[in-house]
Amino acid sequence: MIAYADFKIESLAYFSKKMPNHVRWVLQQIKSRIERLNALFRPVMHYNCSAHHEGTNMTEEASNISSDTAAYPWSKNEMFLFRAALAFAMRDYTNGEEFGVSDIHPCDETKRVSFWFVVTRPNTTDLVDKGTVEMAIKKSRNRINGAFLLTDQTLEFDGIYPTLAAPVSPDTPPWLIVFGVVMGAVSVGIIALLAYPLVQRKLKKNKDADDEDSDEETGVKTAEIGANDGIYNSTFSDDERFTQM
Amino acid sequence: TKITLPMAFNPQLEQMFDMEAESDEQKEITQRPKGDNKIQYLLTCIGFAVGLGNVWRFPYLCQTYGGGAFLIPYVIALVFEGLPLLHMELAIGQRLRMGSVGVWSSISPYQGGVGVASMLVSFLVGLFYNMILAWILWYFFHSFQSPLPWRDCPINISVNYFWYRETLNITPNTETSGSLQWWLVLCLASAWCIVYICFIRGIETVGKAIYATATFPYLVLTIFLITALTLPGASDGLIYLFTPNVKTLKNPKVWLDAATQIFFSLSLAFGGLIAFSSYNPQKNNCERDALIVGCVNSFTSIYASIPIFAILGFKANENNNNCQNWNILTLTNAFNIGVGNITLENYGEWLNYLNKTDPSEVESLNLKACNLQTFLEEVASGTGLAFILFTEAVIEMPASQVWAVLFFVTLFCLGLSSMFGNLEGVLTPLLDLHIVPPWIPKEAFTGLICLISFAVALIFTLGSGNYWLEIFNSYVGSVPLLIIAFFEIIAVAYVYGINRFNDDIEWMTGRRPNIYWQATWRFISPFMLLVVFVAYVVIEAEKQPTYNAWNPDYVSSLPLADVLHYPEWVFAICVLLSILPVVAIPLVAFYKFMCLLKNYTMNRHNQNPYANEYCHGEL
Repeated sequence: MIAYADFKIESLAYFSKKMPNHVRWVLQQIKSRIERLNALFRPVMHYNCSAHHEGTNMTEEASNISSDTAAYPWSKNEMFLFRAALAFAMRDYTNGEEFGVSDIHPCDETKRVSFWFVVTRPNTTDLVDKGTVEMAIKKSRNRINGAFLLTDQTLEFDGIYPTLAAPVSPDTPPWLIVFGVVMGAVSVGIIALLAYPLVQRKLKKNKDADDEDSDEETGVKTAEIGANDGIYNSTFSDDERFTQM
Repeated sequence: TKITLPMAFNPQLEQMFDMEAESDEQKEITQRPKGDNKIQYLLTCIGFAVGLGNVWRFPYLCQTYGGGAFLIPYVIALVFEGLPLLHMELAIGQRLRMGSVGVWSSISPYQGGVGVASMLVSFLVGLFYNMILAWILWYFFHSFQSPLPWRDCPINISVNYFWYRETLNITPNTETSGSLQWWLVLCLASAWCIVYICFIRGIETVGKAIYATATFPYLVLTIFLITALTLPGASDGLIYLFTPNVKTLKNPKVWLDAATQIFFSLSLAFGGLIAFSSYNPQKNNCERDALIVGCVNSFTSIYASIPIFAILGFKANENNNNCQNWNILTLTNAFNIGVGNITLENYGEWLNYLNKTDPSEVESLNLKACNLQTFLEEVASGTGLAFILFTEAVIEMPASQVWAVLFFVTLFCLGLSSMFGNLEGVLTPLLDLHIVPPWIPKEAFTGLICLISFAVALIFTLGSGNYWLEIFNSYVGSVPLLIIAFFEIIAVAYVYGINRFNDDIEWMTGRRPNIYWQATWRFISPFMLLVVFVAYVVIEAEKQPTYNAWNPDYVSSLPLADVLHYPEWVFAICVLLSILPVVAIPLVAFYKFMCLLKNYTMNRHNQNPYANEYCHGEL
């Protein structure tokens, strides 16, 4: 199930409905750079990256993209904003380590408005590992998005999937409430329909019993009146004095 | 020539239904002024004609066979099989005034099995039909949320997700049964309870409600039609619906499904129609009824398909655009081209250019082949088609909850009336066959039937339930109907006698049936039924049947259906389902024949006319 959801979230990022404002930062090379660093023990390497690309044509070309395609207007200022936002994210995650704008080093910028960047610890040249940077970005994703007025769909960090908000799940799912109401009504209806004829029959039986009692009383009275006059000839009398209806 | 068969009401049927209410109804019909009666009668016919078969089953079959290709055999089947059979069932029920078992036994004792077969078909269809009602209830219960739950599923194709994962929680194949989905069990229980309460309340109380229940579906469908036609890409869907693909006509399954869709939709060969028409006054014009009901039914099926296919076109277009945009994005990212340089229009040129400059890179990207036709066929199919597409339409409309509630209530009412007919189709023969001891009250027996049906139908609430439902739908709702229809028409045309039948109809309607009816009853219908059946058995028996499975691990741009073969034991069950209802026909004939032999040998040895008959004489 998770695999399915993951796969689809990725494609969600790709299926952005408003594609023109797509800006992309890529983070993969950090790991390889760290490995190379450790192997060669050349902490200066990352400076090569930023020194190499600082002030090159990359950023200016990037600003030409705006034109008539309504793409995100990229410029050096926007890059500065990014670095500031990321510095904020790092500070927030590490609880106060004073990351500055100078600790974020972008490189390999392309016309596509997509680039790599590395993060160094403040006042040193030690690289911060990829995992920490990823966690920091995940934590402050909303703020970074907000700084650029973009969304999870239009601003993508390669390899960092947006954490979706948990869907609001009320304690009692509303459908169960509706179900309860409908079933309650139906059950009451069934019981009523089944019980009604039985109750009616019972009432009718009671009514019949009452009628019979009153008839028998009058019958007894008549017998008493005629009983003492002469001998009662029972030859032609029926057992039942009263005709059965 | 006068009829010598008994013309009185079947006494068993009188026990079945409330005597007072029925005679009141008869009095009402004769005493009411003609205008009012005619409209109500017409609406009753229409209400009877329209059911889930029009809104749920027809579009689903239509889409399976590639849209327009299904319409041709459908129309042909309607004209040459549906209408004649409908007229015949209405007429014979009206004339003999008995339930299906009684009618066929009167025509010939050996034909009594046809009635039993109809009862079994009604029972089996009723099982899965009520499951669809359970699904409708599930969606109905969920329509009271804001926002609608199928709008915001965290996945692009959220309506599909809601259907396959939230509703069904479907397993990847039939063998994996999964467990009982408790929410579906609850919905199924509700559906059966509602059916039960409506049944014991009786259809008499419907009365004036027929004005609403018959016209409402058309209103709702029209609203959806207007909405669907305003969506972009709707025209692609409509073209797909009305463009015939002549190659599909060679497949006998198409003809089988077209014919049986007509039967299913009109409730032919279920036995319910015969019982229904036996309550009509003797002089009712059944020919006019048959034409009205048949044509309205088919018109409604096609009318319901138009919004469905329009929405299908919309969804397919959306997915196609997404697919192409994904390709564009992938190329843009891989070659770091500026945003907006590759568009839908110049995509082809860019692809060629990039292929020439760096073919290996392009190949490593695994670009998708985006074909609108493929999307039209794959974006939604199967039993969930109507649910997926109508919920998709609903989220595009303002005040979605209102429309959703309205739509699902309408669907539920449509299905309920058909379910009612199914239940009668099971109950009446059982009472006719005197299987029920008379001391059991009708309510208790009905409750027992509902309970048994609910228990058996729990199979459809499993994780693999949808696959089982499709199996039942394909194998019970097709071949048995065809066989029963064939025996029915043979019984009336040749055993009862077509001339006697013509005289009956002339007596009832005042007009002798014209050449169209004569030709179809005598030759065309039985011939077509036989040909379709034989062709189907011969051609399909060689192939192993396949089905579409929903497999989330099936990697592609869209969770396309995974085509799998049925395992052996499942296939055996399919065959069993097809054969079980129709085996009653030869069995009963055989039983009657044995009785005849027994009586004959007994009478030869024992001349006592008062000796007990060992055979159940009255069927």
